[in-house]
Amino acid sequence: MDWTPDQPLIRMHDVHKSFGPQKILDGISLDVMRGEVICIIGPSGAGKSTLLRCINALVPIDRGSILVAGQEVHDAKLDKLALRRKVGMVFQQYNLFPHRTALENIMMAPIHVLKHDRAEVDARARSLMRKVRLDGKEGFYPGELSGGQQQRVAIARSLAMQPEAMLFDEVTAALDPETVKEVLVTIRDLAEEGMTCVIVTHEMGFAREVADQIYFTDRGVVVEHGPPEEFFTQCRDERARRFLSQIL
Amino acid sequence: MIPTSRTNLPVLRPFRLGAASNVSSILPLDGRQGVILVAALLVSAGIGEANAGPGAPSILATIVKWTPLLAQGFALNIAMSFLAMAIGTAFGVALGLGQISVLAPLRATAWSVTQFFRNSPWLVLLFYCMLLLPFEFRVGDSFVSLPGWTKATVGLALPVMANVSELVRGAVQSIPSGQWEACEALAFTRLQTLRMVILPQCIKRMTPPWMNLYAILTVATPLTSVVGVSEAMTLTGDILSSEGRTELLVPMYLYLLLWFFVYCYPIALATVALERRFQVR
Repeated sequence: MDWTPDQPLIRMHDVHKSFGPQKILDGISLDVMRGEVICIIGPSGAGKSTLLRCINALVPIDRGSILVAGQEVHDAKLDKLALRRKVGMVFQQYNLFPHRTALENIMMAPIHVLKHDRAEVDARARSLMRKVRLDGKEGFYPGELSGGQQQRVAIARSLAMQPEAMLFDEVTAALDPETVKEVLVTIRDLAEEGMTCVIVTHEMGFAREVADQIYFTDRGVVVEHGPPEEFFTQCRDERARRFLSQIL
Repeated sequence: MIPTSRTNLPVLRPFRLGAASNVSSILPLDGRQGVILVAALLVSAGIGEANAGPGAPSILATIVKWTPLLAQGFALNIAMSFLAMAIGTAFGVALGLGQISVLAPLRATAWSVTQFFRNSPWLVLLFYCMLLLPFEFRVGDSFVSLPGWTKATVGLALPVMANVSELVRGAVQSIPSGQWEACEALAFTRLQTLRMVILPQCIKRMTPPWMNLYAILTVATPLTSVVGVSEAMTLTGDILSSEGRTELLVPMYLYLLLWFFVYCYPIALATVALERRFQVR
């Protein structure tokens, strides 16, 4: 099936996933249009991280379907590497390569995976460092950077692959309160430039500001979803209301 | 996920790298040991002197006289330790990578080989190599002879290989799984992940225990005297029997110990220094 831009870039339909006897995803469906920003919120252990990892095939699913740009992610014939080039991911723990400098961290994948020209990748990496406001830190090792700076390098590293969509997995959860903002600003800039983003977050204010759609998940299902204004002011579901009242 | 292999026998417990400080606590050497050795040597030489018959050359002079020969023997110990370490490391790295392979049969084989050689007594392996390897083999029309010390080196390389294999496996498994995940998300292949991200980080973690293993191997080389290699230990015995003086016995063996100490102590110091540096980072 050919994908056209009027169809969702990412479409999950009735996705199920269990780890042993424990159901993590119990029939999740969601659509993300190109350029759309969706935020997934919900209590811990609701399967939010697993949901993200299913989208770029880091975690195999048991049942259901996930289409990225019209391609079935869990088709055995699918070239997983091709899929992962389209979908970037940023992790809670940054996961930078500690033995490489910030700039090298960004350059490795484009050079070795995409086989792009080194000089061109170098220029791209430097401009990405400027974009995440870290120019001057190119030669620093991850251990020499603050958490917020490391996370911005991780975002730049992911962007260097020129993905069509970005997945953010609680990217500010491990950060000091002061550095949370600098990372959120970086993501907001991206969202405003039209990058398709799926963001798992506990930052409600941020979600309200950047999201086009909010999804509230609990116990492996989407309990409620809608545009932020509607979701935060007139949420119908009891569980979601209780969650919001605890957080806000 | 990284495939793992496990064992229930306590002796066969896999090597763990996590806390590097564990390694220094089992370091074989301490600076005070050197002082004690020298002191013991001098005291025993004094006692020997007192017990020596009239007109016999002094103990220290005898030791000095035999030093060039002993140095020759010790050179063979060092040569064997270098070679055994090189061979053991090359095969051990391959075996260790086998232990983390995604192919289950390869993983199981590598694990069995590693456990077998890691838990066999070194001396038994040494005897096996001496007896099983031929004393010469044919290359085309000519015969190449295998002197005893080369066979002994192979015998020492086997347990080194198994220990290096465990070092590699332990180091790879001590790398946080986030590193693998990040590589996967960046569309690296497994091979690229290992080569560019995992193994470079392992080398740093493996270096101190690897040096420690080398020191252990070096002090194990006198085992080869049992199978007739003319290394320092054998030569010390020869010297003693040719001198035929019982009062030489203790000072001479202490002198030999001192040689090993002088060689291994700097390695131990360097290992500890490296560990500290790597821990800070």
